This record gives sequence, structure tokens and C-alpha cells, in this order.
Amino acid sequence: MTGIEPTSPTVEGRNDVVISVRDLVKRFRSPAGAWVTVLDGVSFDVYRGETVVLMGGSGCGKSTLLNCLIGEYAPEGGQILFKTRDMARPADIVGMDEDQLNAIRRRFGILFQSGALFNSMTVAENIALPLLEHSDVDPSIVDIVVTLKLEQVKMLEHRDKMPAKLSGGQKKRAGLARATALDPEILFYDEPSAGLDPVTSAAIDELMMDLSKKLNVTSVVVTHEMDSAFRIADRMVMLHQGHILQIGSRTEFEMLRDTPIEDLKTSEDKLMNQFLNGHTEGPLTDAEGMSEFEKLIVAG
Amino acid sequence: MTDPGPPAQAPAAGRAVRLVEAVGRSVKDRLANARQTIAFAGGMAALLGEGSRWLWRGLFVPGIKFRRQAAAAQMVRVGVRSIPIILLVQVFIGIILALQMAPTLTDYGQLERVADVVGIAVFRELGPLISAIVLSGFAGASIAAELGTMVEGEEIKALRAHALNPVQFLVVPRVLATVLMLTGLTVIADLVGTFGGFLTSVLVLDIDPRVYIDYTQAALKNRDFLTGLVKAAVFGMLISLIACREGLTVTGGAEGVGRATTQTVVKSIVALIGTDCLFTATFYVFGW
Repeated sequence: MTGIEPTSPTVEGRNDVVISVRDLVKRFRSPAGAWVTVLDGVSFDVYRGETVVLMGGSGCGKSTLLNCLIGEYAPEGGQILFKTRDMARPADIVGMDEDQLNAIRRRFGILFQSGALFNSMTVAENIALPLLEHSDVDPSIVDIVVTLKLEQVKMLEHRDKMPAKLSGGQKKRAGLARATALDPEILFYDEPSAGLDPVTSAAIDELMMDLSKKLNVTSVVVTHEMDSAFRIADRMVMLHQGHILQIGSRTEFEMLRDTPIEDLKTSEDKLMNQFLNGHTEGPLTDAEGMSEFEKLIVAG
Repeated sequence: MTDPGPPAQAPAAGRAVRLVEAVGRSVKDRLANARQTIAFAGGMAALLGEGSRWLWRGLFVPGIKFRRQAAAAQMVRVGVRSIPIILLVQVFIGIILALQMAPTLTDYGQLERVADVVGIAVFRELGPLISAIVLSGFAGASIAAELGTMVEGEEIKALRAHALNPVQFLVVPRVLATVLMLTGLTVIADLVGTFGGFLTSVLVLDIDPRVYIDYTQAALKNRDFLTGLVKAAVFGMLISLIACREGLTVTGGAEGVGRATTQTVVKSIVALIGTDCLFTATFYVFGW
């Protein structure tokens, strides 16, 4: 294990790093049998209490990065260091055994794209599960905590419903209540706005910001919904071809978005501008602008 | 006039190349099949090892919960709900056996021996085997579909993300329930199959009920019952492990879930009959 150094290119001189990703490499085998590098030397830091949005085009590696952060994928190289308040030293989850990894996992919550509620349980049972499994609290206390968590996400009237009876937005709210059940210090969000109408999407964004403030959690959000990203982000990370193209504050990204493309000098800035504005033509959609993984996705 | 040499050589060379290609393709396919079989067997062994470790930890290591309620729920789902179909199938098996053996045994003047044949065949073979085959379609496919849908709905990923092990949480209760319930179902199947043979013998073959019962009691030994139960327990483990593995390795959405359920039934039946053959050969060699 190594100490975390505040080496972010955009935020200098801070020592309140919660997650530090260093030179992360992740490869997959393609159907043809060749190795495809999806993440190639990715490094960035996440600081206490902030909301960092990871974004990029389809196949850029953002979901792979999230899966590495939550210990779902084992990277081929690099480090993923966690340092929560109760930890004396940062812990590198790369190469950890399952028991050690689970000890780290108990410190964070995750909202999955589909909500990922357990369909065989009611909403209340879904939220109670982490509490019952990872604590020795009395079931009556668990019931009180479940009620509080459901109130936070305005889902109290749905506590005894099965997940199949909920709408997409309600599933995400319930998923968020479950993610916060153990009062985590870090929350990961995988495409929280995907598949939702604009009003519900905005409501989920407000809920996320509200929870961040109330619970003082650090949030890492993977999304390619630009409206949502600009609403919730403190800082933004743009991934492209398995590399980090740009890390910056929301204001910096807004400037890149709003500057006419012909006034931008570097190819990276032009690429960012195309992505942030959702233009169909530009350097991002040129064949050279696509990674091997992106080309595989485009080719089906 | 054309030169006859080169055209004659060219098709010959082409045939040779095609032959080499065909042999190469065949070898490649067989190697791929062998690799898949080894990977499947390895995956099953790993699942069995991890399942056993979690069962041990759940039962004997303080602080690790053994999921009694989940196991009980699975027992109801796997076992209790399959009782009616097992009853129906085993009655038919008893009837079929009695009717099939009656003409041959009549030729030898040994019609009463129908009781021996039905009793031994049902207790040693058909009770556990047919119950297991029914259960592979009834419960195995359902377990594979359930776990496959959970994989596709990110529920398995969510379990891991909440520091819960899917093997501990899902596989152990299902394997335990299937092993226990198939053993119990086999006892029921033995009784019902014998009853089917009894009914046919009394009502159709005119065998005296007392004679049938006496012959059955004389023919059956404890080992016939016990070997059947041992088989049932192993069959239950095979079905549930195959179903869990197929379910947990689903890829490709709804189509993948459908493929997993089909593969579970096919692989279970092959594994059940293969294992039964091994058991029977072993019991034969040792005179059990």
C-alpha cells in the first residue's frame, strides 16, 4: 500500500483524498481472442464531499472504470486506493482477497443503472438486507432505519411493494435508499438518469444533491446525460479511448461546451466540445478518434 | 490443344488443401469442445468447493450467518411443489413395470415375482433417477432461469457490491434444499412406485395382495433403500450445481437465460444417467 498524494491536475495541495486511482489498466479478450485495452493508465483523485462525474462516449471505458472501483473487475495493473475517515491508512483494493474487499465495500453504496433491487423482496426488505447482514442491530431498529431511509427518498408509501410494481424512477429511489442504508461515506452512481423522463431525471438529480449535502458523502457518478452531469457535478472527468482526456471543474467544462469549436485550439478541446454539445460530426466520430473497443461496439 | 498436366495437378492439390483444412477444422472444434467440457467440470468443482466452504462457515464459524430461512423457502419451492408431479410419474412407472414384466414372468410361471422386479427396480434405480429427472426439469430449470434473470438485472452484482457473496447467499440454500428434498422425494417415489405396481398386480394381474406384499418384503433389503437414497443425494447436488452454474454464467439477455435453462436440463440428464451408471457399476462390483 502506498500513501495518497494529491496529484490531480486540477486540484492541487489537498490532502482529503478519498479515492485515488493510479495508472489503472484493464484489458478484455475480444470475441476473436485478441486482448483489447479498455483502460490504459487512468489516474485521478476524488476528494472528500465532492461529486465527480465520469463521462465519455459508448465504449470509452467509464462503466469498466466504475466496475473496477467497486471491485467487480480485477484490473491488470495500477492501484485503486480508498481512504475513508475510519481508515488509518489508504487501502489498495487491487489484488485484495474477497474478505478484505468486502470490508471496503461496506463503506460505500452503489446505485445501479436498473436499480438492481432484489425482485424476490419487498422494497423495505431490500433496504433492510445490508443492515441485517452487516450489523447486529435489533430488527425493530432496522425497521426504524428503513423508514428513515424511505422518507429521505420519498418512498415511504411504497415500502411493502415488490420491485416489479414500481416505476423506473421509483426503482432508482428505492435503490438509492438501499445504497445509503449503511450510511456510507462514498456513493457510486451508474447512469442514474438513464431511461428516465426529463422531470423524473431532474428529481433524481436533486435527490442525489440533497443526499450529498445531508449525509456529506463523496459521490462518483457515471453518466453521459449532459444535462444531469452539469447539474450535479463539482468536477468532471472525460474518458476517451481508455485515457483521461480532461479533468476539470464544472465551470471549466461549461466554458469548453459554450466556446465555438472554431475558437478552440487543441484537438482535445475540439473533441470535448463535440461530445459536450452532442454534435454528430467532428473529431470524436472520425475513425481515428475511436478506440479499438469503441470500434468493436460500433461494428456490433 | 491444352496441356493436360497442370489442370490434373491443380484439382489434386486443391483436394489435398481442402482435406487438410477439414482435418484442421475438425481438430480445432474437438479441442474447443474439450476445453469447454474441462472448463465446465472445473467450474462445477470450484462452485462445489466454494459452496462447501460457505456451508461450513455458516454452520460452524461464529459471526457468519447460515441462511436457514432461505434454505427453508427453497425446500418448499424445490421439494414440496414437486410432490404432485413425482407422485403421478412414479405411479405410472410402477404400472408400466408391472405390465411390461408380467408376460415374461407368466411364461416362467413366476407372475408373483412382479413384486420383486417392481420393488428392486423402483427402490434402487427408478425412484431416485426418475425423481431426479423430473426435478431437473421442474426445479433445475427454474433455478437457472431465476439466477440468470438476477445476473441480467444486476442483482448478483448488487449482492457483491453490498459485500454479500452470491454463493453463500444463493447457491448454498439451493443446493442444500435440492439435496435434502430429492432425498425425501425419493422415499415418497419409492413408496408410490411400489404402490403403482401393487395396484396393477392386484387389479389387473390378479395377484393376491398379501402375496405381493410378502414377495416385496422378501425381495427388498435395507441396502436397496439406502443405495437409492445415496444416489438421490448425489443427484440433487448435481442438478442444483449445474443449475446454479448455468444461471450464474448467463450472458446475452433473455436469449441467454433461455439457453441456460435448456442447458441445465440437458446437462443434468446426461450427468444423472452417467452418474447412475457409475453408481450401478460400483455397487455391482462390490456386491451392494
